[in-house]
Amino acid sequence: MAFLKLLRQSPLSARIGLAMILINVFAAIFTPWIAPYTETEVVGDVWLEMSRDHLLGTDHLGRDMFTRLIYGARNTIAIAFITTILSFLVGIICGFFAATLGGWTDQFLSRFIDILMAFPTLIFALMVLSVVGTSIAALIVVIALLDSTRVYRLSRAVAMDIEVMEYVEAARLRGEGIWWIMRREILPNAMPPLVAEFGLRFCFVFLFIAALSFLGLGIQPPTADWGGMVRENAGAITFGILTPLFPAGAIAFLTVGVNLIVDWFLHIASGLKD
Amino acid sequence: MSGLRGLVIRRILMGLVTMFVISLLIFVGVEALPGDLATAILGQEATPETVAAFRKELKLDLPPHVRYIAWLGDFMKGDLGTSLANKRPVAELISWRFANTIFLAASAAVLAVPLSILLGILAALYRNSLFDKTISMVTLSTISFPEFFVAYILIALLSVQLIIFPSISNINDQMSFAQKIYSIVLPCLTLTLVVMAHMMRQTRAAIINILASPFIEMARLKGIKRMRVIVLHAFPNALSPVINVVAINLAYLIVGVVIVEVVFVYPGLGQLLVDSVSKRDIPVVQASGLIFAAVYVSLNLLADVASILTNPRMRNPK
Repeated sequence: MAFLKLLRQSPLSARIGLAMILINVFAAIFTPWIAPYTETEVVGDVWLEMSRDHLLGTDHLGRDMFTRLIYGARNTIAIAFITTILSFLVGIICGFFAATLGGWTDQFLSRFIDILMAFPTLIFALMVLSVVGTSIAALIVVIALLDSTRVYRLSRAVAMDIEVMEYVEAARLRGEGIWWIMRREILPNAMPPLVAEFGLRFCFVFLFIAALSFLGLGIQPPTADWGGMVRENAGAITFGILTPLFPAGAIAFLTVGVNLIVDWFLHIASGLKD
Repeated sequence: MSGLRGLVIRRILMGLVTMFVISLLIFVGVEALPGDLATAILGQEATPETVAAFRKELKLDLPPHVRYIAWLGDFMKGDLGTSLANKRPVAELISWRFANTIFLAASAAVLAVPLSILLGILAALYRNSLFDKTISMVTLSTISFPEFFVAYILIALLSVQLIIFPSISNINDQMSFAQKIYSIVLPCLTLTLVVMAHMMRQTRAAIINILASPFIEMARLKGIKRMRVIVLHAFPNALSPVINVVAINLAYLIVGVVIVEVVFVYPGLGQLLVDSVSKRDIPVVQASGLIFAAVYVSLNLLADVASILTNPRMRNPK
């Protein structure tokens, strides 16, 4: 109910953002029921025009573009989501450990992460993928680890502020273990900034995976994936066929939606009133 | 002044340490390859003799620290090894492409930096006007768009609909400067749109921040025109954050260039890196990765040094 009340007071931009996300989530969950064909079914000629049978035309192999877009929503969003969750698990655990233990643990982790962050992520990911090869598991782990450096920074900073509170001191004196303190005292109080960050990081990871797939080093065909679909259909654009713009537009559509919500969240979190 | 110099020197040392660790990471990364690099490249069916010969060629039979020092030493001398894919020296492959990448990134910077600072100043001057809101909305959406979306929209509009610019940016040494510029207009424009948003918003925010200070109030009360207040009084004081964000975005340009080069089939270092990753041509990947990292780290270093130098408050850290 609190959420509904919040929603009623939300600005128009946040509602638009929420609608944009819900459309994507709906497509990702109910994929097989919405999609008129199956993921890799060849249904007609190559790069057909939009028609009643093929809402967005067909792709470079004659598969239905609309169907591929819907399946792409499921694959791309799911992989980005799993990656972001993994990145948050690693980042938060390391960040909280650094903040509660302090001293050498903190120094070692923080300096190491400073150096990792000084290295451009895309280049780093490309190099690691060249070594471990391109598979979905490698993709998820590599991006999650690279992205967790940013989560580490934030969760360490937030935990530092909470760590000096009296109730944490009290828990320490009670003899609670460090794991208990992290989970029961620090985590609940660190939630709001971490949730806002989750939206931002999700956008970043999502764009990052799309970029890698676009470069042919991410999710591999025939799995429908938006970044890869732009790559596959790129040739069409020189014939004036707009097919590659659909998956690229879908990526932009979701990120704009998430950004609108994050903006609203940050606005609420900062305590500003209109 | 000594405190200032110490600060700058310490920052430069930090940069050098970072570069050292990055080179170590790049090297160890290849070491950590599951199994053996030779078998990984040659495949499971390779005979033991071929693998042994290949290991020798890659100098894999020497201990790791010896190889690291030899690799780094060669790198410093400009010998970047030999490509596994076509047996040509990596330095030869890279140098021309690196020059092309710098050419593209520099052209984008020349266009993007003055334009975004100008738009940022104008948005601060006419803030909350229709102009400000339009610009803020456009830049917010270009931040959310993937680079290739912007690129393909530009191609669809300027290359397919109105046939003005080529959609493939092939450049070679025979072309004149004007021809080169003409063929990179679209990638240059894409990069500009991608980095402009951030720089423009930061410039606007920095200037608006300064506009709240008492000395601006003073200047206004003296009756100076708004444009003059902003350009002569506010902007010099906003220089430190602006320089910082410009340098960060230049560093970003170097990375963003990878995707744009692939879209426009531009013969740059990014394109080479991507090709080599899919071919698993490790020496080329290592060398181009290290070069990208060096440029990125030095630009970030430059950003920090510039913001130390332009900000009087940083000169006396507590």
